[in-house]
Amino acid sequence: MAATKDSKEQKYDRQLRLWGDHGQEALENAHVCLINATATGTEILKNLVLPGIGAFTIVDGHIVSGEDAGNNFFLSSDSIGKNRAQAATELLQELNSDVSGNFVEESPDKLLDNDPEFFHRFTIVIGVQLPESTCLRLGMVLWSASVPFLICKAYGLIGYMRLMVQEHTVIESHPDNALEDLRLDRPFDEFKSHIKSYNLSIMDKKDHSHTPWVIIVAKYLERWLSEHDGQPPKNYKEKEAFRQIIREGILKNENGGLEDEENFEEAIKNVNTALNPTKVPTSVEDLFNSEQCNNITAQSSSFWVMLRAVKEFVYNEGSGSLPVRGSIPDMIADSQKFINLQNVYREKAMQDAAAVSKHVESLLQSVGKPPESISEKDIKLFCKNSSFLRVVRCRSLAEEYSVDSINKDEISGLDCCCFRFFSYLI
Amino acid sequence: MAEMDEPEKKRTRVVELTEKMVVEGGCGGSCEWEGRWNHIKKFLERSGPFTHPDFEPGTESLQFLLQTCRVLVIGAGGLGCELLKDLALSGFGKIDVVDMDTIDVSNLNRQFLFRPKDVGRPKADVAADFINSRVPGCHVIPHFKKIQDLDERFYRQFHIIVCGLDSIVARRWMNGMLLSLLVYEDGEVDQTSVIPLIDGGTEGFKGNARVILPGVTACIDCTLELYPPQINFPMCTIASMPRLPEHCIEYVRILQWPKEMPFGDGVALDGDDPEHIQWVFQRSLKRAAEFNITGVTYRLTQGVVKRIIPAVASTNAVIAAACTTEVFKLATSAYVPLSNYMVFNDVDGLYTYTFEAERKENCSACSQVPVDLHFPPSSKFQQVLEYLTESTSLQMKSPAVTATVEGKSKTLYLQSVASIEQRTRPNLSKSLKELGLTDGQELAVADVTTPQTMLFRLCFTS
Repeated sequence: MAATKDSKEQKYDRQLRLWGDHGQEALENAHVCLINATATGTEILKNLVLPGIGAFTIVDGHIVSGEDAGNNFFLSSDSIGKNRAQAATELLQELNSDVSGNFVEESPDKLLDNDPEFFHRFTIVIGVQLPESTCLRLGMVLWSASVPFLICKAYGLIGYMRLMVQEHTVIESHPDNALEDLRLDRPFDEFKSHIKSYNLSIMDKKDHSHTPWVIIVAKYLERWLSEHDGQPPKNYKEKEAFRQIIREGILKNENGGLEDEENFEEAIKNVNTALNPTKVPTSVEDLFNSEQCNNITAQSSSFWVMLRAVKEFVYNEGSGSLPVRGSIPDMIADSQKFINLQNVYREKAMQDAAAVSKHVESLLQSVGKPPESISEKDIKLFCKNSSFLRVVRCRSLAEEYSVDSINKDEISGLDCCCFRFFSYLI
Repeated sequence: MAEMDEPEKKRTRVVELTEKMVVEGGCGGSCEWEGRWNHIKKFLERSGPFTHPDFEPGTESLQFLLQTCRVLVIGAGGLGCELLKDLALSGFGKIDVVDMDTIDVSNLNRQFLFRPKDVGRPKADVAADFINSRVPGCHVIPHFKKIQDLDERFYRQFHIIVCGLDSIVARRWMNGMLLSLLVYEDGEVDQTSVIPLIDGGTEGFKGNARVILPGVTACIDCTLELYPPQINFPMCTIASMPRLPEHCIEYVRILQWPKEMPFGDGVALDGDDPEHIQWVFQRSLKRAAEFNITGVTYRLTQGVVKRIIPAVASTNAVIAAACTTEVFKLATSAYVPLSNYMVFNDVDGLYTYTFEAERKENCSACSQVPVDLHFPPSSKFQQVLEYLTESTSLQMKSPAVTATVEGKSKTLYLQSVASIEQRTRPNLSKSLKELGLTDGQELAVADVTTPQTMLFRLCFTS
């Protein structure tokens, strides 16, 4: 029975909250290859089958032994004597009917001899307990086909993983502690006019206590800049003085004591981070400087086209800054003031994304591709995540094993008698 | 951590407990086959470079695991299913599992012992059935109960207890239970009364595993501050100044539902009932529209109402494996256990580290130091209660306080029984002096966070 969209949403609810619908889609379009259905191998597959990977194929020429059946949850004593790929596929398949399970009763070495292109179809190949020679052969085939290769070994209480992937781009990296993008150090025009619309000195108490801290800091920063030759508070002493000025802005009651203005307390607490200069993160700068970004061709993936477009934006409309993210953290404020402030950032984000879109269009045109090849939706998502873009690159096995890339100097230094290390033959 | 350097003592304890145990019969020869335990034997029947310094290879350890050692798994959910699989395949033949929940469809993405046909059945039962059938010779006994429904006679039976719980309150209770089993001699803990507690926890791509030797190493309460505070929005935001879609949902849940009782008088909001969630979702949209707030979705509504924590199979697999390894090490004394806290995070790449959590000198749970409460006699009793709930080291949920006043035991406040709550509510606004409490007086406090009543000493300040 095919799962309905609703029932899948229910089943996958807990993981959708982590990687969203895009992540799930990518997972469901993937076909994973596992070589060797050992306990390690089936454990890895289990954790891919349960969340709904599109398909898996197990490649294994071994026959199930008593030892195998003893330590592998996805083999039973009935499996003993059967081909291990087939036996494991049965018990893994039954974990999730959304997934398509396949097996090939063959050793990887044979496949490499007779049909190396067999491996080209996979989204990723996972090789478990493979001898070094097989890893190297397979590594060469997969590297030239740009198929990622994950090598795993487990022995007793020791485990080993080596990922080989040429280039893996991530747009939605879901960072844990992202810095906010509030632009207090370089307010854009619409933000400036919004700040102007507030006059703290003539507000009634209710409005005063419910003005977002971002406005408060912005107002006091304007004053500070005019009194300090355009220089923001830089060191601890100046920031403390700045905080004090804000503190003095808290309304006083009839007895001369301070009113309870939580929004001002928030402003004071946030001064440090609020004064962080807006700049392009080094990780993104590095991407801007990379070969793939500077050399856009018809073969360039949409990631690199969009990145280049963002780079163009930064050097032009952005005046050195990335597109505005558009989201702001929650803060003490009445609903109206908060929504209005939020809209200022949202609208600017839309404007910036539109500017980036124009760059995307002209880049696509320059390499003879239709402008619709990259959707507005994707561009917006890219802009929103521009501070968090990541590219993972690992070197090939061949390079790792190559004599030329050995760190000869460091290793020869270890020859000295003052170094002692133990080696275990496993 | 106290040295596990007395394997002799440990083995003596093992033998003692073995003699007390009733060894249940296995399934005869049909569940063993040639080579079945080869991998485990490699750990236990030969020496190696990474074994515990006092380890001596032999065949008794495996027999102990298969026939005698009793392990208790708390929770048959994300961690529980993994733990049961790992323990069974590591040779543990006698496992009990406790879980009060039934299976929900949203469990199926990671709780792999359950299938769509099992939805609605008790987790403990289905998990036990699956393991017993997939791993012949392993005998899992299910308990479809709350941990609080079982008593010390039950918990005392086990050599090691491993937790895969989803609440801090439950962890603290388990912690308190094992502390209450400790026997002290001349101020020292009798090692044979110590039941190791392995605790695992996960949330999304993060997790942790820790080894606790009650009375010896840091306990759950020693490190209470390590847990991030729960997010609760201020009432004034919810009631009159919503800004986020979450505020709108909380408004409907906390204020609108009790007022309108849409599914009948006294019918509480059930996060698992899609009709209830749909009602909250629709009303939240209305509320949001009033304030021009966007972003209310069905998924968000459910997440806020049920306080849903995201979860995936892989994190649970990692943490359960780490926990099982520690259970194995402690049961066999073959390797040096984790000392004592491991943190794991694979949000960005893969990050893990271990450290030794230290005992808190005045830990309210394990230090045996009576906790003093300092208050002026004129303070209201309400303030004492607030301290019990708000102090970071205590974090009680709804403490019930009893004191001996003029020779008689008197309940000062109890929230969980409506009639007593009503009767004792006036005490909250009375001063400690008015209530007849004296300096140095003992207060007995009961709370869900601990199975035993905690004793506090009231110290009057001027």
